[in-house]
Parts: sequence; C-alpha cells; structure tokens
Amino acid sequence: MPAGRTVEAMMLGKLDWSAIPFDQPIPLIAGAMVLVGILAVLTWVVVKDHLPYLWHEWITSVDHKRIGVMYILLASVMLLRGGSDAIMMRIQQAVAYQSQGYLPPEHYNQIFSAHGTIMIFFVAMPFVIGLMNLVVPLQLGVRDVAFPTLNSVGFWLTSTGALLVNVSLVVGEFARTGWLAFPPLSGLTYSPGVGVDYYAWSLQISGVGTLVAGINLVTTVLKLRTKGMNYLRMPMFCWTTLASNLLIVAAFPILTATLAMLLLDRYLGFHFFTNEAGGNVMMFMNLIWAWGHPEVYILVLPAFGIYSEVVSTFSGKPLFGYRSMVLATMAICVISFMVWLHHFFTMGAGPDVNAIFGIASMIIAVPTGVKIYNWLFTMYGGRIRFATPMLWSVGFMVTFIIGGLTGVLVAVPPADFMLHNSMFLVAHFHNVIIGGVLFGAFAGFEYWFPKAFGFRLDERWGKVAFWFTFIGFYVTFMPLYVVGMLGMTRRLQHYDVAAWRPWMMVAAIGMLLLSIGVLAQVMQLVVSIRNREALRDRTGDPWDGRSLEWATSSPPPVFNFAFSPDVRGEDAYWAMKWRAKVQQLEDHPGPEYQDIEMPRNSPTGFVCAFFATVMGFALIWHIWWMVILGGLGAFATFVVFAWRDHDEYVIPAAEVERIDRINIEERRSLVSMAGAA
Amino acid sequence: MSMTATVGHAHADPHHIGIVVEHPGPASKRIVTAYGFWVFLLSDIVMFSCFFAAYAVLVHQTADGPKGSEIFEQRNVVIETVCLLLSSFTCGMASIAADVRNRLWFYLGMAVTCVLGLIFLTLEFREFADLVSRGYGPSRSAFLTSFFSLVGCHGLHVSAGELWLLTMMAQVFAKGFRADILRRMMCFALFWHALDIIWVAIFSVVYLLGSGV
Repeated sequence: MPAGRTVEAMMLGKLDWSAIPFDQPIPLIAGAMVLVGILAVLTWVVVKDHLPYLWHEWITSVDHKRIGVMYILLASVMLLRGGSDAIMMRIQQAVAYQSQGYLPPEHYNQIFSAHGTIMIFFVAMPFVIGLMNLVVPLQLGVRDVAFPTLNSVGFWLTSTGALLVNVSLVVGEFARTGWLAFPPLSGLTYSPGVGVDYYAWSLQISGVGTLVAGINLVTTVLKLRTKGMNYLRMPMFCWTTLASNLLIVAAFPILTATLAMLLLDRYLGFHFFTNEAGGNVMMFMNLIWAWGHPEVYILVLPAFGIYSEVVSTFSGKPLFGYRSMVLATMAICVISFMVWLHHFFTMGAGPDVNAIFGIASMIIAVPTGVKIYNWLFTMYGGRIRFATPMLWSVGFMVTFIIGGLTGVLVAVPPADFMLHNSMFLVAHFHNVIIGGVLFGAFAGFEYWFPKAFGFRLDERWGKVAFWFTFIGFYVTFMPLYVVGMLGMTRRLQHYDVAAWRPWMMVAAIGMLLLSIGVLAQVMQLVVSIRNREALRDRTGDPWDGRSLEWATSSPPPVFNFAFSPDVRGEDAYWAMKWRAKVQQLEDHPGPEYQDIEMPRNSPTGFVCAFFATVMGFALIWHIWWMVILGGLGAFATFVVFAWRDHDEYVIPAAEVERIDRINIEERRSLVSMAGAA
Repeated sequence: MSMTATVGHAHADPHHIGIVVEHPGPASKRIVTAYGFWVFLLSDIVMFSCFFAAYAVLVHQTADGPKGSEIFEQRNVVIETVCLLLSSFTCGMASIAADVRNRLWFYLGMAVTCVLGLIFLTLEFREFADLVSRGYGPSRSAFLTSFFSLVGCHGLHVSAGELWLLTMMAQVFAKGFRADILRRMMCFALFWHALDIIWVAIFSVVYLLGSGV
C-alpha cells in the first residue's frame, strides 16, 4: 500500500468518492432533491431570521408538548420517505413480470430494507412516542415529564438515527438484508459494504433515544400523577402508555445487545452469528424476535389507548369495561414476551415448542378481542359524532379484525409452514400495522392537534384523507393476501408467474389511492393553517372531552395547569364540567395563584445528538479519530450539563394568573352557552 | 337522568370496592430520580441477560479451542471479586458520608472505591491480554466470543463507572453537597452496586460453573 493511501485510510477510513452512487440516477436525484429541500428550508429560516426562535423555542426546548410535536413532525417527514419507497416497490412489482422492471436488484433490496426500517423505527415509533409525550403529562394533570432534559436527548438521538439512514441514500448504501438484517446474510462475508453498518448504528443510536423515552414515560406515569389520580382513575391512554413503555424498557435492551453482537461479528471478527467456529445463526433469530414481538405491541398499545379516548369522547359515554380494558392491556404487556417464536416456526424447534408458541399466540388475541368488544359496547347506545378521529377509529376496528384473524391463521404452525415469508404475511402485518398503528396515529393526530396548536383541522379534507387511505389500504393489501395464497414469496424483484400479475396491478392502483390519501392530509394541514382563525379553539375543549388535557387552554401554557387539578374519579374533566354546571358557575374565590418553577431550556439534547451523528458516521466508515472525537464531545456535553447551577426558572404568580384568567373567561362563555342550549 | 348517572359514575369508587385511598400527588424529585434510575438499571440488567443467554448457548462451541476450565485462573478471579465487593462497601461508606455531608470521608470512600475498581480493571485487562497473546482471543471460537463479550461488557460498565466516579468527586469538590449532586451520588451508588450484582452472576455462571466442568 502506498504511503498516500495509508494516510488517507487513517483520515477517511473506508470513505472515498466511490461511495457516492454517480452511476445510479434514482438515489442521486432523490438525494439531490432532499438536499435542495433542506437547503431551501434552512435558507428561508436564516433569511427570515427564524433561527433564534427555532433555537430558543424548539430545538433547545425541554417542554414535553414541544418535544412531542417535534417527534410527530419527524415521523411525518419520514412517512413521506418510507412511503416513497413503498410506491417504488409497488410499481416495480407491477411492471417486473418477466422483465427486470426499472429497479436493479441491489437497489430494490435496499429499498425494501429501508422501507421497513424507516416505517417501524422512524415513523411508527416517533409518532406514538410523540403523542404520548404530548398528551400523557396533560392527562395526568402534571407540569412535565419526569426528566425533561433527557426527554430532549431522547428525541434528538432518534433524529440522529433518522438522519444517518437518509445519509446512506447518497453516501454509500443502505442494508440489502431486509429490515431485521438476519445473519449470515448481514455478516461480513455476505454484506461487506457499509449498508448493514448504517442500519445497525442508526438503530443503536435511536435505540438509546427510545430507551430514554421509555424510562422517562414509565417514571412519569408511575411517580408523577396529580392529586387524586389513582391508578384506576387514569385515562386509558395513560395505561396503554405505561404498558407500552414498560415493554420498551424490557425489550429495547435486547435489540441493543443483539445489534452489538452483530456489530462485534462485523467489526472485530467475533463468532456470535457466523457459520464458522461454532457461531449460532438461530440465536440471532431468537434474540431479535424477543425484542421484535414486544415491539409490535409497543406500537399498537398506545394506538389502542388513542382509540379508547376517541371512541369514548365521540360516543359521549364513559369507556365501557374500563377495568377489563386495563386488565387486557397489562395481559398483552406480559404475554407479548411469550410468543416470539411464532416468527420462525420453520426453524424446526419441534412440534411441542411450536405448539406452545402457537397456542400462546392465539391466547394473546383474547385480550385484544376484549378490547374490540369494549369499544363496540362504548359506541352502543352512545350519541356518536363521526368526526375525523372517530372515522379513523371505526375504520381501525373493521380493518384490525381482519388483520387479527389472519394473524390467528398464521399462528397455526402447519399453516405457517405454508405461508411463512409469503406475501400473505406481508399483507397480514401491513393489515395490523397500518390498520392498527397508523390509523391510531392519525386518529390521535386529528384528535389532539387542536390541543397542540390551538385550532382544529379541516374536517372536509380530513374525511377525504380518511376515505382514500381506508379504501386505498384494502385495494393495496387484499391482493397481497391472494398472491400469498398463490405462492408468491416476499421481496421478489421480478417474477414469471402470470397469475400474480393482475393482482400486482391492482395493488399498484391501491398504492395510488393511498398516495392521494397522504396528499389529502398534506392539503388538510395547508387548508387548516390558512383558515386557522375560523378553526380556532378558544376554550381548550373542542370535542367536549372527558380527560384532563381538555381542562387547560389550547395550546396549553408552558406550565400546563395554573393549579394542579384535584381528581375525584374516572373521566376527571367530564366530572368537573358537570359539577360546574350543577353549581351554576358560582364565582367562588379559588386558591391564591402561586409562582411556578419550570425546567430551563437546554441545548444538551441537540449537542449530544450532534456528537452522536459524528460518532455514528465515523463508526460506519471506520474513521477512528473521529469516533474518539465524537465520544469525547458527548462526554464533555454531559459534564457541562452536570455543571449547570440553575436548572429551573420561575414564572411569577401574576403571570400565571393573567394567563389562567383568559382561559377561564373563554370557558365560562362556553359553559353558559351550553347551559342555555 | 343521564346527567346524574354520568356524574355518579365519575365520582370516586364507581365500582363499589370499598375504601379508596386518594393518590397524594407527584412524588418528590429524589424519589422520581431514584425510581427512574432503577428502571434504567433494570433495562441494563436485561441487556446483560442477553449476553448471559448468548454465553449459555455458545459455551460448548469451543471449535477445538480451549474450554473454560483450561483458561480460567481462579486466583485472579478471587482477587477481582474481593476488590469489587470491597469497593461496594467503600462506595456505601462514601454515600453515608455524602448524606451526613462529611467531605473527608466522602473523598476517602470514593478514592478507595476508585482504586479498587482500577485494580479490578487491571486484573481483567491482564487476563484478556494474556488470553489474546496465547491465541485465545474472541475470534478463536464462539465460546471465547461470548466469554469476552459478557465479561468485557461488565468491564466497560466498570470503566464508565470510574469516569462517573471521578466526575462525581469533582462535582462535590466544585459544588458541595447540593441536593441535585446528592441525587446523582445516589444514582452512582445504585449503579456501582448493580455492577456488583452482575459480577456475582458472572462469577457464578462463568467462572465457578466453568472451572468445575
């Protein structure tokens, strides 16, 4: 090796000009467009002098509501990226009958890997974590989460992961291994490039962020509840948040350990999952699914909570079977750790083991069924308002039942031997994740948007978006069940079976409908922002809500509640409203307003994520000096943070009173109007 | 009617289970911090359990390389164990000193903890270096892979703990026994004790069981 190359290798590791895919127009153009987009936004921000605002009010914010909004924004942007991947795949499979289509295999493989990784880790996860962050402290009647600064660190580390995945579009490549990177394919022998490293390091970094969010929310729910908020008075969304985050705390370390082992295999020649020296590939399967199965419940449980809130609010009734719902949630939380093996019945663990896991998989459908009945009975006899969040919820019930039933089907080991890795499976998990998680995220988005921003979303465009997405979903994914039964396996770049083709064409048309649904949602945002004065929510309670988040103004003041609410039963805010009405709103003097201490903003999260990005990129490209630099930077950030002397500031009582009075006046006019009606 | 029914439902004890104990409100910062840190420690223990599981799966996959009984030096391990257990005791002393705000005993306790930790790390490093030099590095076999990873993961934790320990001493030196510093000290002590628990498991599962076979 010549001396020049050695120095270069020390400075740049494996990075050189060949990393940029000049010969592949699609990623290059896509990357260029993203880059132009980012530059345009940055220029606009700088030129219009929004940077100080963004820095002080958002980037360094430790306010759980702001962080929640940023999580949801990240998820929405990444939904567009993951959705583009989906469109490309559907088009490829529609045209690649007896031909190569328009995507070469190595590119197609990257697309389905990136699609899965992005949709799970950078769309579904940040979306539900964002909603939990935004809503749970409000529902519990408290001023913030347990660890506000860590909350910010968690968000920014998640963004780092998302950033690294997108950098792989232009610099280097992404994994071609599918979204779980099974070895030995993901080992160094068969994946010598940086694709798997991009995958593993982005997930390691964002995984730390998720773990932090999980610890934070568990502690918040268990230790920070307002006076009188007993466990069995918590809104359902708080319960599902608790269950979901307990799962995060218990499951994400498994992902961290598993990816660490894979990385040790790749970087230091270890033999966890290699074919040589006694490595055990199936151990990876067991470990990754011991995380992966709870993960699906981490995603869907918060969505169940959202449906519970929405169905109860828009039916004008308390949730039917509240306690059975709590029990079902916690049962799912526990059983979700006992079914992982159904992801690889074909491993050949033997009939006894397969039978046990098959039965466990069917048992976990029971509490889910309990929930469905509870929602139906909540609607029964209610005065139902079909606002957009309610549409998403009803659409979910129909869709999720189908997905659940096909799930019970593949839980039968003999059937699974036929359907394993087929398009039937692809249809099944999209059925439950889109129908369960995404519909729930959209329902929550529509439902709590007024709380976050102070104005409602346009109902007409919301309904257009719902119907296109709902119908688009069926047109896209029902054909996949059929081709699965016809023997089509997943991840095919091209195929020669004529019988599959018409179904793939139908699926592509469905994808078009889904895309229109997404566009309608973008339009909904644009239209709503334009008409925000007309859509303004002045009272803080636009839906006639039942839980405490509606007891404060929209958007809530930074301290959420001027006085900590005193909870006396389930549906705390509903009870408060009725008490107020019965007592005819006598203006009896409340307690004195007090100074409120709130946590100070901190750039720790952002700076930390900056160093994590540097470190992640350097690790991917083997640039060791940069790894050390990134590590030192992260440590220094923590020390500087630990050295701060003032971590709180005081909002004076007079200011609290001024803000609170405004909301009380608005609310009084609402209640008196309701009384007149 | 429907209104009164709704109000009735919303009142305390809707299911008539008897006495309802009212939740007193948010816990104190000290409790919240310690609780959150406990939750973190539990998650850390889950991570270790994965490495334990991998070790259990791969322990017999020696690929014609050495078995555990051929490479473990019990004398080394005993000294390591004594150092770590003693350091937990001195860490406890430092915690008590912090609680009663006694700087001298605090520094002394932390310094001894630090030295004991360093001795442990040195011994572990020597054990690893010796194995690698004999050609029994982690790439030799799946058994050695899992051994190095499990024990090394604990070693990395101890190293991180040392960094934290020194930062902690510097913090007390610069800021005194402030409430937030004391909370951090409490978390550090929890961390250090948790590492001891992990080590007891490693000692039993890896070294005791391993050398007996």
